Amino acid sequence: MSFIDKIKNLIKPSVFEDVFVAELVAALSPERVRFDATERFLHSHDSSVFDEGNAGPICFPITTREVQTIMRISEKHGRSIVARGAGTGLAGGAIPLGAPVVVVMTKMNKILEIDIDNRVAWVEPGVINLDLSRYLQPFGFHFAPDPSSQQVCTIGGNVANNSGGPHCLAYGVTDAHVLALEIVLPDGEVATIGGLDPEPVGFDLRGAFIGSEGTLGIATKIAVRITKNPPTVRTLLLSFSSMRAAAETVSAVIAAGIVPAAMEVMDQRITIAVESFVGAGYPTDAAAVLLVEVEGLVDGVQIDASNIREIGFKHGATDVRVAETDNERELLWKGRKTAFGAIAQIAPDYYLHDTVVPRSALADVLEKVNEVAERYDLIVMNVFHAGDGNLHPLLLFDAREEGMLEKVHAAGAEIMRISLDAGGVLSGEHGIGIEKQAYMDELFTTEDLNHQNRLRYAFDPQCRSNPGKILPAGHSCADIQSLKNVPQGVWG
Amino acid sequence: MKATLKIDTVLNRFAEAVGPSLPIAIEGNRTRWGLNGLLKPGTSVISAPSGLVEYKPEEMIVTVRAGTTVQELDTCLADHRQRTSLPDRGGTVGGAIAVGHNDLHKLGKGSVRDAVLQLRYVSAEGKVITCGGPVVKNVTGFNLHKLMVGSFGTLGFIAEVTLRTNPTPLRQLWIQTSMDPKIIFDTLQRPSAILWDGTTTWVHLEGHPPDVDAQYALLTKSGKVYESETGPSLPAHRWSIPPVDIFSLEKTLMGRFVASIGVGTVWAEQPQEERKLDRATLTITERMKKQFDPTSRLNPGRNLGNWS
Repeated sequence: MSFIDKIKNLIKPSVFEDVFVAELVAALSPERVRFDATERFLHSHDSSVFDEGNAGPICFPITTREVQTIMRISEKHGRSIVARGAGTGLAGGAIPLGAPVVVVMTKMNKILEIDIDNRVAWVEPGVINLDLSRYLQPFGFHFAPDPSSQQVCTIGGNVANNSGGPHCLAYGVTDAHVLALEIVLPDGEVATIGGLDPEPVGFDLRGAFIGSEGTLGIATKIAVRITKNPPTVRTLLLSFSSMRAAAETVSAVIAAGIVPAAMEVMDQRITIAVESFVGAGYPTDAAAVLLVEVEGLVDGVQIDASNIREIGFKHGATDVRVAETDNERELLWKGRKTAFGAIAQIAPDYYLHDTVVPRSALADVLEKVNEVAERYDLIVMNVFHAGDGNLHPLLLFDAREEGMLEKVHAAGAEIMRISLDAGGVLSGEHGIGIEKQAYMDELFTTEDLNHQNRLRYAFDPQCRSNPGKILPAGHSCADIQSLKNVPQGVWG
Repeated sequence: MKATLKIDTVLNRFAEAVGPSLPIAIEGNRTRWGLNGLLKPGTSVISAPSGLVEYKPEEMIVTVRAGTTVQELDTCLADHRQRTSLPDRGGTVGGAIAVGHNDLHKLGKGSVRDAVLQLRYVSAEGKVITCGGPVVKNVTGFNLHKLMVGSFGTLGFIAEVTLRTNPTPLRQLWIQTSMDPKIIFDTLQRPSAILWDGTTTWVHLEGHPPDVDAQYALLTKSGKVYESETGPSLPAHRWSIPPVDIFSLEKTLMGRFVASIGVGTVWAEQPQEERKLDRATLTITERMKKQFDPTSRLNPGRNLGNWS
């Protein structure tokens, strides 16, 4: 189907829908409820490779009360809702299924309060991750989770996906940095879960909500922990003549009892692409490079850096370079974080995978991933959070080639199975969304999934919040019901 | 068979003991037995299995049965100079997680809820359920394992856990001073505990030896500081408040107290006033209990919401 056909297909007005949209418009404002075909087409996608989205009306609330109203109107009309931040998700978590109301949270983007004494910032969900850290810079603090998309992704999205990032190795992922949340439940009620105190009363509903990919409700205020900037940071760049040597160095560093702030590996292909993109001084002749950052007090940093250097050489490092200036360090990180953009030089499309394996299995798993890519005749590049065992194999392709997407999906499935066979899990930071639903029962039993569904029901008994995600079909009957609730012939 | 799907006979036997019907309660070493309601009299009581399942020091993860004591776990980890964030109060690993109280050194060790990577519990139907995953980073599915931390066995009985371990710092040191604890908190980079009783402040420093010495020296510049054998003795009741509230709270409500600065845990002679959930949170809480334990057979008498 052509692009234009797809847009045309979305236009199916109906009287019922007019009433529904009119109620939303009356509750918000005409310019903050959109339902033209172009907007709906745009909001039917996120940054994943999936194409089956179908957005209903799109709302841009600016207050908690408006989010409540959207929930209530949708409930009255038996419609589901999907919250959305910047749409940078890679697992299809924000793709609307069954023409739900798409609730775009990007206009709720205020930093509400910085409470240095309690080490907390209250933010709205649309605040961009990096904007918060920039805002905190003069105070000597930052927000620790730093996904590669941090220049555009929102903190609400980070909460939904329990996002990670290179520096989560030492600091932990989003869950460890969110203390409390104001959430609007699918029935329109507002709950405050978690707390600024260390052991809030009741179940840890905060912990249950974070990483639930929008299936439990919408966060409207978020209390995040802010982290003191370290007095000393040292960034090391180790070069290797084989990926195995780089991976074994990572395991050896952890085994030596050193937990660096970040440990990232890039293979030669990606290093070449990055280097021609940012010119950070990455060695293009190395089979793999390892970027390690240690931080803390000056003496400890010195000790850790020198130990890592020694471990690197012992495991076959051909060169170890230390970033001499802040500028040099920033360039190295810019290279790492823009790696995915640099790939456009090589192929028009990429499919970025995300699995986790035990750190000691990294070298073997990477070899198997390369074998898979070879067998499917695909270009694979590896750039990943090695310290956590979090792999990100990138499969490069041109979607215009006949049968290519199917081939890429088949190779991806094999990569997932290799990771599971090595004792790993399906996702380290991107989430399940619609991408990995079908593989959930390879990791969990039917009973396990049934229990995950019970957690879901407690927040959203009608399963109207982002239906059709995470749990495979068959484990979530209400989702199926919710997806069927759209009047026939309406919204495509 | 994938790592998460392996359920051995020990776990299956425990699940059989829990069974699918009749009220039943679980006990560890009863170190926090009186919290969140008293057990309904006449309820039969069982214990979780104990013992180390697997320890991979090079991966910094350890799997133990819930009935293992924290002390046994600590002893095993100490051989590899590692530790977890679980507090040792004479209790079991399962008990520490079911209660969810953090260690005194939370600033250095992290919180209990962040330590749990994978968890297996026996459900109200008597089945073994696995949640989380056996690696250090994971967003595969719903965070049931987070929900279980601090749930006092009211949703399921914890049977086995995989925990994150961390290197034990090479040097640890308690110091004592009369300096303002707020200034200490702002001055130090990463103390593992700052405890204050209204007059005296105890600070626990840890890390690379030269770092500990440097932090110690930094404090001596601002006031008199003494090395101390241990921290202060702690009153019996535990409060949980936003960290800075300790400076404005009416202390007569507490009696003698020791506050963890920067954390918000306070040990006091008097108990904290009952903390309430908002209406919507209470509704989710009650639905949660109904979903996981529809007949309220697990730990009857313990109550985190308002269920009957």
